[in-house]
Amino acid sequence: MSTTAVSTPAGLRLPKWAAPAGVAALFVVAYLVFRGTGTLPHDKEAPQFLAVTDLREWIDDHRNDNPLFLYFLNYIRLFVGSLYDLFQTVMYALGWPGLIGVMGALAWLAGGWRTGTLAIAGVSAFGVLGLWQSSVDTLALVGVAVLLSLAIGIPLGVWAGLSDRARRAITPVLDVMQIMPTFAYLAPLALFFHIGAPAGAIATMIYSIPPAIRITALAISQVSPTAVEASASLGATRWQTLFKVHLPLARPTMALAVNQTIMMALSMVVIANLIAAPGLGGEILGGLSRAQVGIMLPAGVAIVIMAVVLDRTLTAVAHKEPHARIGRGDLAVAGVLAVAGLALIPVLPRTWPENLTVNFVAQVNDAVHWAESNWYAVTTFIKDLVSHSLLNPLQALLTSAPWWLVALAVLTVAWRVSGVRPALTALGCLLAIALLGTWEHAMQTMTTVAVAVLVTLLIGLLLGVAAARSPRFSAVQRPILDAAQTMPAFVYLLPALALFGTTRFTAIFASIIYAVPPVVRLVEDGIKAVPGTVVEAATAAGSTRGQLLWKVQLPMARRAILLAANQGIVMTLAMVVVGGLVGAGALGYDVVVGFSQRTDFGLGLVAGIATVLLGVMLDRITQGADRRPSPRKRKFI
Amino acid sequence: MKIRLLAGLLALGLAAVGCGGATVDTAGSSSAPPQAGASSAAAGTVKIAINPWVGYEASANVVAYLLKNELGYNVEMPEIKEQLSWEGFETGDVDVIIENWGHPDLKKQFIEEKKVAVEAGSTGNKGVIGWYIPKWMADEHPDITDSKNLNKYADLFKTSESGDKGQLLFGDPSYVSNEEALIKNLKLNYKVVVGGSEAALIKSAQQAQEQKKPLLFYFWDPHWLFSDIELARVNLPAYTPGCDADPKKVACDYPEMDLDKIVSKKFADTGGKAYELVKNFSWTNEDQNAVSDDMTNNGMTGEQAAKKWLDANTAKWQAWIPK
Repeated sequence: MSTTAVSTPAGLRLPKWAAPAGVAALFVVAYLVFRGTGTLPHDKEAPQFLAVTDLREWIDDHRNDNPLFLYFLNYIRLFVGSLYDLFQTVMYALGWPGLIGVMGALAWLAGGWRTGTLAIAGVSAFGVLGLWQSSVDTLALVGVAVLLSLAIGIPLGVWAGLSDRARRAITPVLDVMQIMPTFAYLAPLALFFHIGAPAGAIATMIYSIPPAIRITALAISQVSPTAVEASASLGATRWQTLFKVHLPLARPTMALAVNQTIMMALSMVVIANLIAAPGLGGEILGGLSRAQVGIMLPAGVAIVIMAVVLDRTLTAVAHKEPHARIGRGDLAVAGVLAVAGLALIPVLPRTWPENLTVNFVAQVNDAVHWAESNWYAVTTFIKDLVSHSLLNPLQALLTSAPWWLVALAVLTVAWRVSGVRPALTALGCLLAIALLGTWEHAMQTMTTVAVAVLVTLLIGLLLGVAAARSPRFSAVQRPILDAAQTMPAFVYLLPALALFGTTRFTAIFASIIYAVPPVVRLVEDGIKAVPGTVVEAATAAGSTRGQLLWKVQLPMARRAILLAANQGIVMTLAMVVVGGLVGAGALGYDVVVGFSQRTDFGLGLVAGIATVLLGVMLDRITQGADRRPSPRKRKFI
Repeated sequence: MKIRLLAGLLALGLAAVGCGGATVDTAGSSSAPPQAGASSAAAGTVKIAINPWVGYEASANVVAYLLKNELGYNVEMPEIKEQLSWEGFETGDVDVIIENWGHPDLKKQFIEEKKVAVEAGSTGNKGVIGWYIPKWMADEHPDITDSKNLNKYADLFKTSESGDKGQLLFGDPSYVSNEEALIKNLKLNYKVVVGGSEAALIKSAQQAQEQKKPLLFYFWDPHWLFSDIELARVNLPAYTPGCDADPKKVACDYPEMDLDKIVSKKFADTGGKAYELVKNFSWTNEDQNAVSDDMTNNGMTGEQAAKKWLDANTAKWQAWIPK
């Protein structure tokens, strides 16, 4: 905790709550007096937006005669495109027997029979689900994005790990890349790199490079300084120290970087499809426009399976001893698998045989339809209750308050929670939002985020505490949380849509599912990290279980819980834009419109920037809990 | 090894486009995707963009089926929204838009100015966009179908999202839309709430029918939903040519549109029989509704639904096949 958080002057003999209460009362009075003045209503035709739209048209007209495009951007597109073609060609040439054999062999080498069998079953599942070709396209796209992300991310990460200045320069850029809603950069990306597989790979890279850089930097900076000093004193050059000391010692953590890069890339698969990248996302978008969960679910399952297979394989690699030899038996099995797969290519049919696929589209659709018609009354009640009692009043409050009062409130809260510098950053972000002409919508989005974070924290605390207390509950819950995180948000967006209609609540619901898992994990870890001796001491002193929880465990896990709140906010905000597709309105919708209607391009881009500013602001307000937990925090996404 | 491979690839790419810099076209054509089936005898690959509504998909699937099975082409059907599909003509990611709703601005830009696309004739479908309500509402309130009376009923359409105004539910943000202008210019006490997709509209309409919940929404014909639920159209002031010229001043209904096909210039020049087929393709709203109904409600894939229709309507499609 920073010291500024406790700031009641010692000289006054007022009770502790008096100062905050007094300030709050002042704000209430100010609001009542100035309500309705100084608001900044939204104008779709604001000059800021139109200027950006014009810029877009200009760029579009000069795509083929501007040197920047001719000699730089188009080459990048070309290069990424040919790399993708290479991956795709190889995988198509392998066919399904070859790919299953080779993937199985690699996984077997990495993690023995368990991982090997898992990989064979997993890769076959793509075919069983009837999604072989889309899965291979997705695999190729993820492969290209990950390869390039690592090629760029690891050197940058090493640099950032060795030099504090480099890290300070890179960190804010990474923050922006991660908070920026993906939709927001799809439009400018399509402008610079057009649409198709290369643009999709580049969009995915924007999302998957940050963990590569962050975790590599962490790994390098964690290398024991004594080892480095020893190497330097023995006369090693800087390069020798880097390659013989830093990199080998950082290897296990860097394997985690690879792993996270892949997971992030997979989570972008659906979004990349919006700019015509091939793959599983197409099925999901198709299901969305046809209102059929049955079409989306198999594709969602395939993405989860792909994530599990890649994750287990790489985790196995990471856990291996650096110099462990691969057993002769494993080598033999892997060899047999690969050769058998390759040998079968000409024998077996090229496409996955139809009779080996299962189709449960109709059943899933029926189940969803049943839930829709039978739970309607309950879900509508919940939705209306939350909307009328929480969302609408809060939104009315934020949009009818004068802008300077909101700014003042943000400054005060941020100052108290996080200190002076974050408070000033938060204020700067808020003022920038006002200048961009997105004030009203930003306030609406903030309302949605606030309510979503509140509910997320509530659920996260409950589940986290339960998991910390009962290992069995924790074991049952973990795979569900994993699936909730990897499953593309679009898949549960649709049933939510049917149950709650096109409302802000649907978006809130989706973001809760997305943000609860990391919160649960942080809370669980935080409570588990409370030293056993403290718990014993409390129990010995006669605390009941409830007292133990409220007086000992939760207060001691405070840091973790505040970090969870911070994480919840960032993740909720990321979902807000996806929520724009199902009625969340405000900034999220502006971004979506900007992406789909050329005349509103400016509006969308500016709204995307405003979302980033909002994210940075909320992050700064709540970050007082923990000083920039960047590498650790990203581990959970 | 890998690095050398990459370097080689890069060098190859550079060499391929020479020193004149890379334009978008060269980038597009040099990355022609490999073919899925090994059949190197295939006549080529046709890329039909899939816009996000099921009627479009029905047309696309029927054409794709014929291209594959009658003419031996490979067909790719990437999901791309309306306006982005036009950009696909430029990059080579799209050959065909099989159902285009108007878009005079895009036609001007891509056909006249950039010259990367050409028109390929009507689909035979007549498209009408409009405001709809479930029929039971029209039965209860006979005068509700006149837009002049809508304000009287605004209370009925209030939801948690529209505040103290009535709600007009809209679909995918990429759709053709005059809604905001209409509400403003007709002085309606309504607010546009965006569902975000065709799915949102359909789900809401089905709930409105099953739960007897009032709903006013943006929809279009041809659509299979009309055979599923009885809908009534709200009459906005009648369309007269030119009344929608200024998007901000629109105060009239949508025109009946002759839906047409757009293809890339390259495809028109080199597409051969595939282009001929796309050009000849033309069917009725009922035909399209039959296929999209099978796709959405009878659990068929696009390919199955297309096959079913084609088997039953041999005479129609025979006429499309180029001689």
